[in-house]
Amino acid sequence: MSINYDDKIPNNVDLTSDKTLQRALEHWQPEFINWWKDMGPEGSLNFDVYLRTAISVDPQGWAQFGHVKMPDYRWGIFLNPKEQNRKIHFGDHLGADVWQDVPGEHRANLRRIIVTQGDTEPASVEQQRHLGLTAPSLYDLRNLFQINVEEGRHLWAMVYLLHRYFGRDGREEAEALLERRSGDVDNPRILGAFNERTPDWLSLFMFTYFTDRDGKFQLNALAESSFDPLARTTKFMLTEEAHHMFVGESGVSRVVQRTCEVMNQLKTDDPEKLRAAGVIDLPTIQRYLNFHYSVTIDLFGADQSSNAATFYSSGLKGRFEENKRPDDHILKGQTYKVLEVHGDRLVEKEAPMLNALNEVLRDDYIRDSVAGIQRWNRVIEKAGVSQRLEVPHKAFHRQIGALAGVHVSPDGRVVSKDEWSARQREWLATPEDRAFVASLMGRVTERGKFANWIAPPAVSINRQPSDFEYVRFN
Amino acid sequence: MSAVPSNKFARQHVIDPEICIRCNTCEATCPINAITHDSRNYVVDFNVCNGCGACVPPCPTGAIDNWRDVARTSPFTLEEQLSWDTLPPAQPIPASAHDEIPAEVRELTQLASAGQGPATKAPHSAAEPCLNLYTPAKPVTATIAGNLSLTGEGASADVRHLVLDFGPASFPVLEGQTIGVVPPGVDASGKPHYVRLYSVASPRDGERSGHNNLALTVKRVTHDHHGNTVNGVGSNYLCALKVGDRVQVVGPYGATFLMPNHPGSSLMMICTGTGSAPMRAMTEYRRRRAAQADGGELLLFFGARLPQELPYFGPLMKLPKTFIDINLAFSRVANHPKRYVQDLIRERGDTVLRMLQDANCFVYVCGLKAMETGVLEAFRDVCRERGVDWESVNTALLAQHRLHIETY
Repeated sequence: MSINYDDKIPNNVDLTSDKTLQRALEHWQPEFINWWKDMGPEGSLNFDVYLRTAISVDPQGWAQFGHVKMPDYRWGIFLNPKEQNRKIHFGDHLGADVWQDVPGEHRANLRRIIVTQGDTEPASVEQQRHLGLTAPSLYDLRNLFQINVEEGRHLWAMVYLLHRYFGRDGREEAEALLERRSGDVDNPRILGAFNERTPDWLSLFMFTYFTDRDGKFQLNALAESSFDPLARTTKFMLTEEAHHMFVGESGVSRVVQRTCEVMNQLKTDDPEKLRAAGVIDLPTIQRYLNFHYSVTIDLFGADQSSNAATFYSSGLKGRFEENKRPDDHILKGQTYKVLEVHGDRLVEKEAPMLNALNEVLRDDYIRDSVAGIQRWNRVIEKAGVSQRLEVPHKAFHRQIGALAGVHVSPDGRVVSKDEWSARQREWLATPEDRAFVASLMGRVTERGKFANWIAPPAVSINRQPSDFEYVRFN
Repeated sequence: MSAVPSNKFARQHVIDPEICIRCNTCEATCPINAITHDSRNYVVDFNVCNGCGACVPPCPTGAIDNWRDVARTSPFTLEEQLSWDTLPPAQPIPASAHDEIPAEVRELTQLASAGQGPATKAPHSAAEPCLNLYTPAKPVTATIAGNLSLTGEGASADVRHLVLDFGPASFPVLEGQTIGVVPPGVDASGKPHYVRLYSVASPRDGERSGHNNLALTVKRVTHDHHGNTVNGVGSNYLCALKVGDRVQVVGPYGATFLMPNHPGSSLMMICTGTGSAPMRAMTEYRRRRAAQADGGELLLFFGARLPQELPYFGPLMKLPKTFIDINLAFSRVANHPKRYVQDLIRERGDTVLRMLQDANCFVYVCGLKAMETGVLEAFRDVCRERGVDWESVNTALLAQHRLHIETY
């Protein structure tokens, strides 16, 4: 079904046939717009931004480009088409029909999953709301805004599920999603990483590379869900999530490329000289990477979790690419290796796989992250520079699960508290690093121009010319 | 014709591994499972992909929108693609692989280039052109992707800018080449219409950079050279086409009227009316490469009856003076003396002579037959006024394949 633009809320879920739901969402819509005006990108309400809007979920209607004011963006509700006779393909209900409604016994857990996912969407918009003031180019500013409006649409996607399937509880949860604030002491966002600041563009690129990739894996796991509307919603969200990871991967890559160019020009790898030349030295990039990577892998939760087992066995949340895994998809009696600290050593221990599913997803995530870092390294290699970037050990700087509170170096050695304190500044971005990066941030608004610390992109958006006016400030 | 050349080559869909972020969107979108991946790359299976393009708009990076012309029997295999760190450079299809040019086309091109004297060759640094990939017996179908009027209010002629999209078919062209259009139906004597030739007005990477399309500049013919009313079959057919209509195309043709590619090479372009098509293609190619700053000078003499009849007038005026030196001549502006391109050539004699004597400058003349003599006379005058022997300049121009004339 194509999206009905005559409706107040564009949708492909036949909203007009359910008047109660339609009214509830039309009531929520102005509250959402108010939230956007208060907490969306700062000072941007009157900008014309070259944005991609979905007008249907098929490939042709997927990406319609044009300049729009962000408060007028057509946020709507789109689900991937329903697959006939879809069956539950993992857990205790394997082989049964998928659910078109919420089974009573899973109501609380499903609501919690949807609220937790939904909460991250407005949270990231809030975290990024000041970044527009320091965008390194119109191209980057446009990409930031595209991410922001799509996070807004992902919020809509979750709110639709809450309103449609969870009655009054769901409506209250939907209100609360607009009331919590990232970093607010009294009413913070649910997950820790979403209360951190995103103070500069290197942080944004790291966040979109690492933390939005967590989103990709969580959404992939939910796209396997036996609750069919959740599976179809998250499938469509994944298409949009890809753009966010693209901004991260290409963003870091362009920073690295620019740094290598200047290293070659000045024939130096001295961080001080490179900083004086206005680019971000590779060791600083590595410390940013260590921080964002470690904070993000905490988002997968404790390495052993009975909730994870329940979510899987009851069919609420599958594994990444569940269909492509050659096992029984029930996992009872199987084991998986998790890390523990014994004395001054990290050891692997077999744990029941069902309880270790957070760890399974985390390891899938790690493989995916590492591959992208190798692509950054190819940029460095191509420039003839010998340094390389790498992910720190999985146990480094962890706050959740068996590894919380243990001091582990990036190369995976358990270290004393003293060594940690002494060397932390080599491993994690310091306040001085952040102050230096912040000192480079300044808004570039001239068409086709880029800040000194970042290379231009290889490809423009929608094949526009390189000096295209992606944002008109009016 | 001995073989069916259109079957020899194909357009292979490939993904740029340097830009791709391995997000899986294309693989999830492909309706026929033509896309697959390993831990290193996402790749398209040549034997499955039908070029439907469903994967192109959802790709967040643009990495998906890459194509290579390959021999149908030896496309890039999955294994090769999986091992790539970068895309291989596009390889031109060798001219020897093509069939003979149809006699009617050969005749037309010989007539058009008669003015330059003995047969010339392409500039030494021109790219290798593809020739005659499609024949009247086996044409390729293109889809009209755009058809807009280029002439302003009050113009006496209707000149249109047509964009032809070739979809999954391989149709590589270079600036200066022509293509043939076969109007449907039969002529007065009941025979199929003969091929109409049109100069390509867009650069080699497409009217829209990277797209498999090209542009033509078509003037609707309503009168013949003697002023008699006549409705040109080809031009009226093309001008009336709507977006989405299909058209049978043959070619490409033209192995000499090609631009040089070596760094520092300059172009002197002299044209009237729709003779501007190849000049637009060459100028646009140079404009897209402007960042490389490896091109020499561009000098343009462009004639039309009225400013509103000058195709691409608006975009042309927006080009920076440092990029191209533009000289316009109008012959029918009320209360102004008639001016022709040869008048401007004489006025700019110093620059013209310097460029005529520069071994890195290549001269292109395209337009009505009548301008040809005038231009060559103007060259002669420019030389004579400055005490230079035109005959020896002309001999060098011809020997170095630096003079290219296409008039009709």
